[in-house]
Amino acid sequence: MSKHHTPPSGVSVWLGLKDNVFTQQKTVRFGDASAVNSGRFYSILTVVILLSAWGIASALGMLESFYWPSVNATLTRMGKLLSEGFRNVAFWDHIGISVFRVLGGVLLGALVGIPLGLAMGLSSIARGLFDPIVEFMRPIPPLALIPLIILWFGIDETAKIFLLFLASLFIMTIAARSGVNSVKITKVHAAYSLGASRTQILFHVILPNALPEIFTGLRTAMGVCWGTVVAAELVAADKGVGSMIMIAKNFLQTDTVVIGIMVIGLIGYTIELGMRYLERLLIPWQGKG
Amino acid sequence: MSGIVADNISMVFTLPNGDQVHALNNVNLNVKDGEIISVLGPSGCGKTTLLNIIAGFLRPTSGKIIRENVEVTGPGSDRGMVFQQGALFEWMTVEKNIAFGPKMAGRPAAETKRKVDELLQIVGLQDFGKKPVYQLSGGMQQRVALARCLANDPEVILMDEPLGALDALTREKMQSLVLKLWKETRKTIILITHSVEEALFLGERLIVMAPRPGRILREYELPFADRGLVESPRQIKASHEFVETREEILSLIWGMEEEIMGNDQELEPA
Repeated sequence: MSKHHTPPSGVSVWLGLKDNVFTQQKTVRFGDASAVNSGRFYSILTVVILLSAWGIASALGMLESFYWPSVNATLTRMGKLLSEGFRNVAFWDHIGISVFRVLGGVLLGALVGIPLGLAMGLSSIARGLFDPIVEFMRPIPPLALIPLIILWFGIDETAKIFLLFLASLFIMTIAARSGVNSVKITKVHAAYSLGASRTQILFHVILPNALPEIFTGLRTAMGVCWGTVVAAELVAADKGVGSMIMIAKNFLQTDTVVIGIMVIGLIGYTIELGMRYLERLLIPWQGKG
Repeated sequence: MSGIVADNISMVFTLPNGDQVHALNNVNLNVKDGEIISVLGPSGCGKTTLLNIIAGFLRPTSGKIIRENVEVTGPGSDRGMVFQQGALFEWMTVEKNIAFGPKMAGRPAAETKRKVDELLQIVGLQDFGKKPVYQLSGGMQQRVALARCLANDPEVILMDEPLGALDALTREKMQSLVLKLWKETRKTIILITHSVEEALFLGERLIVMAPRPGRILREYELPFADRGLVESPRQIKASHEFVETREEILSLIWGMEEEIMGNDQELEPA
């Protein structure tokens, strides 16, 4: 190799405009997924283009506020929402109640689903008993349960939490069950040879072994429940981000609707990032067995 | 009588489609207390099945395993097990892996800690106690596996190709470690391997098994394990006697493999 590479500057690598030195040494790049860089520059470009298009269209007065608000109107509405809240409920409370419902539902779903899944992975009787229920409930979208739950519980807090509980329950059950199934038999054999009892093997071998899959289930459940809570609030609620945009729609407040949608996206994304962070923190051995 | 006796063990696996596989046929083996024996044979000769029966993970179709005049009916901490790989608990540090047995038995924490420290020294991992096991190399992981097994102070150690996944150099070093541990602890060790050299070097006695049905074909009494305690491994492995025995056993196993290949060709006419 007589050709000298000047090392690319840190900024251009971070932006994805240049490949790092290691990738530059590869001659085969098409088909090598690890040779595809972040392309961050183009991500920034996308955001900038979208925002400027919105800004220009607003400045030129091209936007009909009924369909899409101008930048100014949106910022003004945002300020108002933050200072006065929406329908006598503070803006953050609308978000807070939605997040609370998700956390509550997922927590309850995990509390019931994880032991159930473990039992189904460990005992033929438990598997046989619950398999029809789990397999039947699994393909039913949680939203399809809303009418029934409204009939049972009305539209109070219990109804929403129960819906989210159901939405996460089967995800958590299946995750825990497959976590048990993925335990390598040599680890269990090793533990028995080291004198561990069944209970000890459950808590010291099977459960930690199933944790990565349980956590993946938890992440999925959070995502599904976030989607479900917003949809449930659209149908029946007086508080929460979903209800906020539905009520705003009735008052033709498109700007509030748009703000609500952005908040829903941002929070969903934040939840996902938070869960990934927790996963790296709590289960560093993931994929290293 | 101590040690381990395999009394006329036969194992027939019945497959879900009804076919029967004779994994072991009338295997008799008497392992004396403090003896290190190696079991060698081509794949499919039932050596791992035999070890799993001795460990108590499988119930033989007929015959029994007797330890200290008691029939083995399940796994127990008197028979420690070292697997090829992947049997460590990757969610625990090196120390916690080694302390697993004593901790499950409810031994006092201080005593366990002393033992763990001592074992870390013996297997040369004193600086790695706090590391998660997945950060260690394959050879180091197997040293943890050995230490974890010894922490429980089992009377018998069963090794199922414990060095099989290691590179040649690490493997030689680990063989010396196994010998050293055997010398210092005088445990009864049964070692399954598919390496002729390893079987010769580590076994006071070598059992050669043959497949279809799995059975013991021949036994050798060997001097190399004892010599390995004083002489250098390279010297022993290069010695005339070692090379000669190795060639003899290799041709024995080659003969079996060819027989199997020949049978396969007869089964599938071109």
